[in-house]
Amino acid sequence: MALDTATPTAPNAYKPSDLIGQDIDAYLAAHQTKSLLRFITCGSVDDGKSTLIGRLLYDSRQIFEDQLAQLEADSKRVGTQGQNIDFALLVDGLTAEREQGITIDVAYRFFATDRRKFIVADTPGHEQYTRNMVTGASTADLAVILVDARKGILTQTRRHSFLVSLMGIRHVVLAVNKMDLVGYDQSVFDAIVADYAAFAAQVGLADVLAIPLSGLAGDNIASKSDKTPWYSGPALMEHLETVELDADRLQAKAFRMPVQWVNRPNLDFRGFSGLIASGVVRPGDAVRVEPSGRTSTIARIVTKDGDLDQAVAGQSVTLTLADEVDCSRGDILAAATSAPEVADQFETTIVWMADEPLLPGRPYLLKIGARTVSAQITEIKHEINVNTLEERAAKSLPLNGIAVCNLSFDRPIGFDPYSEVPDTGGFILIDRMTNATVGAGMIRFALRRSQNIHWQALDVTKASRASDLGQKPAVIWFTGLSGAGKSTIANLVEKKLRFEGKHTYLLDGDNVRHGLNRDLGFTDADRVENIRRVGEVAKLMLDAGLIVLTAFISPFRSERRLARELLGPGEFFEVHVDTPLAVAEARDVKGLYAKARAGTLKNFTGVDSPYEAPESPEIVVDTASMTPEQAAEMIVERLRQGGYLRPDPEFSEGGGV
Amino acid sequence: MQPGYVAPSSTEDFALPTLTHLQRLEAESIHILREVVAEAERPVMLYSVGKDSAVMLHLAAKAFWPSLPPFPLLHVDTTWKFRAMYEMRERMARELGFELLVHQNPEALAKGINPFDHGSALHTDLWKTEGLKQALDLHGFDVAFGGARRDEEKSRAKERIFSFRSAGHRWDPKAQRPELWRLYNARKSPGESIRVFPISNWTELDVWQYIHLENIPIVPLYYAAERPVVRRDGQLIMVDDDRMPLKPGETPEMKSVRFRTLGCYPLTGAVESTADSLPAIIQEMLLTTTSERQGRAIDHDQAGSMEKKKQEGYF
Repeated sequence: MALDTATPTAPNAYKPSDLIGQDIDAYLAAHQTKSLLRFITCGSVDDGKSTLIGRLLYDSRQIFEDQLAQLEADSKRVGTQGQNIDFALLVDGLTAEREQGITIDVAYRFFATDRRKFIVADTPGHEQYTRNMVTGASTADLAVILVDARKGILTQTRRHSFLVSLMGIRHVVLAVNKMDLVGYDQSVFDAIVADYAAFAAQVGLADVLAIPLSGLAGDNIASKSDKTPWYSGPALMEHLETVELDADRLQAKAFRMPVQWVNRPNLDFRGFSGLIASGVVRPGDAVRVEPSGRTSTIARIVTKDGDLDQAVAGQSVTLTLADEVDCSRGDILAAATSAPEVADQFETTIVWMADEPLLPGRPYLLKIGARTVSAQITEIKHEINVNTLEERAAKSLPLNGIAVCNLSFDRPIGFDPYSEVPDTGGFILIDRMTNATVGAGMIRFALRRSQNIHWQALDVTKASRASDLGQKPAVIWFTGLSGAGKSTIANLVEKKLRFEGKHTYLLDGDNVRHGLNRDLGFTDADRVENIRRVGEVAKLMLDAGLIVLTAFISPFRSERRLARELLGPGEFFEVHVDTPLAVAEARDVKGLYAKARAGTLKNFTGVDSPYEAPESPEIVVDTASMTPEQAAEMIVERLRQGGYLRPDPEFSEGGGV
Repeated sequence: MQPGYVAPSSTEDFALPTLTHLQRLEAESIHILREVVAEAERPVMLYSVGKDSAVMLHLAAKAFWPSLPPFPLLHVDTTWKFRAMYEMRERMARELGFELLVHQNPEALAKGINPFDHGSALHTDLWKTEGLKQALDLHGFDVAFGGARRDEEKSRAKERIFSFRSAGHRWDPKAQRPELWRLYNARKSPGESIRVFPISNWTELDVWQYIHLENIPIVPLYYAAERPVVRRDGQLIMVDDDRMPLKPGETPEMKSVRFRTLGCYPLTGAVESTADSLPAIIQEMLLTTTSERQGRAIDHDQAGSMEKKKQEGYF
């Protein structure tokens, strides 16, 4: 049906306030007290989602004449509504998307009524865009889940509902759209609502309002429609204007403020700047700095407009404390009476957002509040099928995968469960090599063991053991393609060191893969775990005072970096045994390349699995220009020059705890 | 008390204020400004002297108070701005104590690039797009604040708050990072840079309202006054200096006009108006039927033009 666009004051149009024309000052005064609701619309292109948003913009007079003229021209050219206005074009901004007729990314739209200002996150509905929907949902107070009245509850409706619940959105509107195409039949609507109710309870959505509407005809959007006299609830706009805001809910929680920036204009002023994540703060309040646990009281709430006597969740402020306590970016200022827990191991829910799968054991950067730490997924407990909610075992997590995972941080932090305070419980994961944001997650709770494992500070130390042995411990980490000559050179180095009376150990595939790592294969995930264990074993042996040699392909930079970071400065030597693939393959000592090329051996480095060469290794062995004997001698000489082959009275502890 | 339960802040029974939408927008922008300063090596604020820049400047002064904002201002100049804009630029830098850097593309200067002889597309590309890249490279700025808003133009609706540029300043819509909650990932490799838009979520009305509430100084051209204009291609162009060649039959006439947006004077259309106060401007805006960027000649070259400009590094 055609849209009535000629008269912006069609019966259903949302009229701008008469005050604008009559008394602008009064209007402005009223406008200053508007609150802000952020919401998300979930549904696919076919549900008429863009049309609904276009309608909201149109009915609240957010579309200007020049845009309307452009829209009319575009509608005739590329629209899907024949000669009529295609509101979807208002919302699908990128050229590529226009051509394909789909929405790929999160688009933010703005409109206002006399009571509230709204920010709408419009996200695509397909499963391959789960990450986009999660992104849009992360800042929303409410979700509008669209259903086509002719189709009812579909798999995607369940998926969207689950994601909405996962992201902690408390209010849901089930928008039963296209009622005009089912003759505004109440029984159709009632059947859909009944069908949905059971599912909503299952995923834990408590506040659901179902509204029968038509985006195209404008029913029950700006005002109640006379076509659905059997519907007694509010129109969509009215509900959006009155629903509870999450910011108000957070004000009732205990005070939390992640410190973003330490404000030091001069020696006499030290302020802590941040956005209040929850609660209220007033001068005189007792606060704790987490994770250190130091306490003080709030002296002032400083803003450029003068000091405040209170500040609430959602405000950006600068706080000063009565005492000189140590506090820096990333710490949390919290109510002393109800401080957050501190832990370094958590059960979390993770949404994976990268093409490269998540691998347990691989170190990722993790940003939570204003703090960035190094973190590892220690265990994927189970992956969740977003369509059926079934749980299944998983060794890695693909793009758009969602899983409950255990996480281990490299240091303890203060936190709250995400369901309580999003800003102190939500985090993003960052790839250390590409710096891309690869995942997002939510803390559920701290694992008990993280509070109980305390590193035993032993009296016998690495330094004392090593000086007994008359050497300085180190890990010599050989990396290179299969057949490059790693084991050959490592064996020669060990022989030379034994000859000088040094205490060594050589870790390689023969003594590790058959025992400790017998359970691991050669997939990327298993390779990561293999190297993680080798790194940990090497660290213990180094602690015993030994000079440790490792000979593994260790194809990934991030795992070699992990091994390096387990140790202290000067304890890790990366040796790149640099042999071109063609040369290694021509040698093919073990006949493995031939098998890999024939396809009988899978995941073989250099053939169907990547090798990431070191960027700045301590030592490079160019096997084309030196013999293994020469290479081994060069490495031993480096150790001798570095003082590793004699006791070091000055040896101070690195790494360790 | 069960673990993980965050107890209520107080047992007192007092009513807390719901923050207004402007308070929440202000808090969000301040949070973004501080986050960049905490994580970037050499941030800079692009200052175009328009109303959005004025708001961004005001927010920066608030964000770091009592410290001064720890970054300079950069004006990428085209030599074709309104005279009133140059006056405002000098005044604001003087009053707020910012360091002000001005960059004019030397190549465009040498060739005398102007909108009349070279057209708006080339003029904008050389002075603004190229000029900006030159200035960022010259000073080694890794993060640049810009005053763009998501409501200005369709392709901006999808722009991230932290927008990544590859080593050649190119914007790839497919390589942008997800932004969740209030968590911004500002990590990057050498040579890469980030454009950050602290007022992404503000609308034109929000900006005007905030200027009104906070008494933020703006260029007088936003207010209606008698100004010499000619009508060209359906736009009212103000004859701001004697460099503007008049076409046969064109004589500047005095009309009461104002500007909804400010750029290079030959490319910026005025609207006929008598609104000479902020409330009157806002009133006119709310009752108007054309959108803000309609006075920008550069947006109308073709559909998707803003997106193309952005990929090349234009703000």
